[in-house]
Amino acid sequence: MSEPPAAPLTTADGVPLKVSLRRTVRRSKIKALLLVAPLLAFLFIAFLMPLFEMLWRSVDNPEVSTHLSRTVSALEGWNGESLPDEATFAALAEDLREGQQERNLGLLSSRLNYEKSGMRSTISRTARRVGTLEPPYRESLIEVNNTWGELDTWKLIQREASPYTISYYLAAVDLQLSPDGEIVQVPEHMQIHATLFWRTLWMSAVITGLTLLLGFPVAFLLASLPARHSNLLMILVLLPFWTSLLVRTTTWIAILQSQGVLNDVMVALGVIADEARWQMIHNKMGTIIAMTHILLPFMILPLYSVMKTIPPSYMRAARSLGGKPFLSFRRVYFPLTIPGIAAGGILVFILSIGYYITPALVGGQSGRFITNYIAYHMQTSLNWGLAAAIASILLFVVIICYLVFNRLIGVDKVKLG
Amino acid sequence: MAIPSYATRGERIWHYLFLFICGLVFLFLIGPLLVIIPLSFNAEPYFTFSKKMVAFDPAGYSLRWYQDFFTSSEWLNAIKNSFIIGIASTLLATVLGTVAALGLSSRHMPARGAIMALLISPMIVPLIISAAAMFFFFSKVNLAQTYVGVILAHTALGIPFVVITVTATLSSFDTTLIRAAHSLGANPTRTFFKVVLPLVTPGVVSGALFAFITSFDEVVVVLFIAGPEQRTMPIQMWSGIREQISPTILAVATMLVLLSMLLLTTLELLRRRSERLRGLSPD
Repeated sequence: MSEPPAAPLTTADGVPLKVSLRRTVRRSKIKALLLVAPLLAFLFIAFLMPLFEMLWRSVDNPEVSTHLSRTVSALEGWNGESLPDEATFAALAEDLREGQQERNLGLLSSRLNYEKSGMRSTISRTARRVGTLEPPYRESLIEVNNTWGELDTWKLIQREASPYTISYYLAAVDLQLSPDGEIVQVPEHMQIHATLFWRTLWMSAVITGLTLLLGFPVAFLLASLPARHSNLLMILVLLPFWTSLLVRTTTWIAILQSQGVLNDVMVALGVIADEARWQMIHNKMGTIIAMTHILLPFMILPLYSVMKTIPPSYMRAARSLGGKPFLSFRRVYFPLTIPGIAAGGILVFILSIGYYITPALVGGQSGRFITNYIAYHMQTSLNWGLAAAIASILLFVVIICYLVFNRLIGVDKVKLG
Repeated sequence: MAIPSYATRGERIWHYLFLFICGLVFLFLIGPLLVIIPLSFNAEPYFTFSKKMVAFDPAGYSLRWYQDFFTSSEWLNAIKNSFIIGIASTLLATVLGTVAALGLSSRHMPARGAIMALLISPMIVPLIISAAAMFFFFSKVNLAQTYVGVILAHTALGIPFVVITVTATLSSFDTTLIRAAHSLGANPTRTFFKVVLPLVTPGVVSGALFAFITSFDEVVVVLFIAGPEQRTMPIQMWSGIREQISPTILAVATMLVLLSMLLLTTLELLRRRSERLRGLSPD
């Protein structure tokens, strides 16, 4: 005798339980999303849109196509083997005349000057005299400035007519396009960015290594002391962590500068002569010392939280099994701390390659980071496209480190204090 | 950490050496902060200890740099700006961040990992990059050189801290308490204000403190997007360190160290309170 098939479970109002459950889950999903939505919208506007704007700016190339629109269309189909025809020169004269009247040739001339030095003065000189020029323009323009008689100038205009460019990215790594469109290195005396990228990376690696070297014993001590003592010592780690970055940088200036506290003490103790004071600041050493100090808590805290979870009995067991202290440490304790080392290391490295304030204040000329050049191009040279390209490359490096961090540790495991 | 009784002589030496090294690292961590406090009372306009200071001669010490600070309209204006921007962005970040954290701790939150990674990203992206990007975008929409622009920027930077601390508090939150409140006849609003909020408050307050200190200490973004009207304390310090280096900076630094001590104590008290409250809940 077979039993009748069981009726599907239903809720009190007759809806099948499965359907009802699915509905509830969907409702709470929507509720959760609605709670997060305002913040997502905010971050989209205040944070992501600016980042997109920056990425866009690093390839945006509107100057030639807007300010030399007639010339650009006259150059269509030009083969680049001999100088363009009279119509093209006439178009250029017309473009420059209009630009001169509306006084908007500045961006154009800077843009072309990034690619071919001398173009700024060529354009301003030509534009000043373009009102009085008579046809045939080919001869009269070349007479004003013989740059217009060079094939390379015209090839440049033709190339930069494209609304997008990779030349900012090339410039960010010390490359450029030759007149024939090949990628070549910039002249040696102008190479700066690649060096700075490497310096930023290796100095950050050194700083990460130093924080690990100094942070490991301290984290070990904190993790193995009873809570009463370790809480007290923890304050010594947390206080600098909570102190303003500028304050900590200032203190290092006061301590390390040549008329500073450390040099004065050394002179008073007779360790060094008054004339031979140590140069510890406004160079690489200043950046490394100050940044190691500033980033040390970021290494100690993750290390400590990992070491706290390692039962002390493991070491005792290793010893009782006959392991020598060093061997037991290396084979038992140390491998267990690797997640902490990875977390602290990546964190310090990410923070370090993006540091701007400290290298700018204590780094001098030789201790500068690539970030200082982003600021330089933003504020001084006003080459915003290049600043955006350098920043985008740095952003890319940081995102890769962040993804590795997220994969290894999980960003929601980050603890503060 | 006591030395076990079976330790050999070499191990004992190694142990004391280890403690000595740790002592040096602690000195490295805290020493600089201790050096500037007496220096800020220097009677001379130098960044180092004068002979009179070393001899503990009262004439070597003075409060002139503090007086300088409290009578300078530039510094006072900078403090005012810092508080306006700090408080406004903290409020905004705390409200948005807490609400989002409530959603993120729901069991049914879809794509939690990706959303969390996105919400934390302002903390990870280097400040100089955020600053440059915000400068480009904010000048396009006419928010550069305005209070609103700086406040929005600082809110974005403070949000990760609020999200991290509040989700951490919520993850250890006992959800049966909500059901208990419901079963005792409380409606959702009452449950939120009487049960959820008191337990979550310590987390929210410490998140808010983190957000405030982030804004209060932030230089790079302000440097790029603020105009002369929005000069904050860190900017004033920054230009002080770069241009006319005067010990007034050390006086400000000392006061900021005291402020961070105060904040640290508050956070510790909050943490204890949170643990105590949680202790009442059946685990």
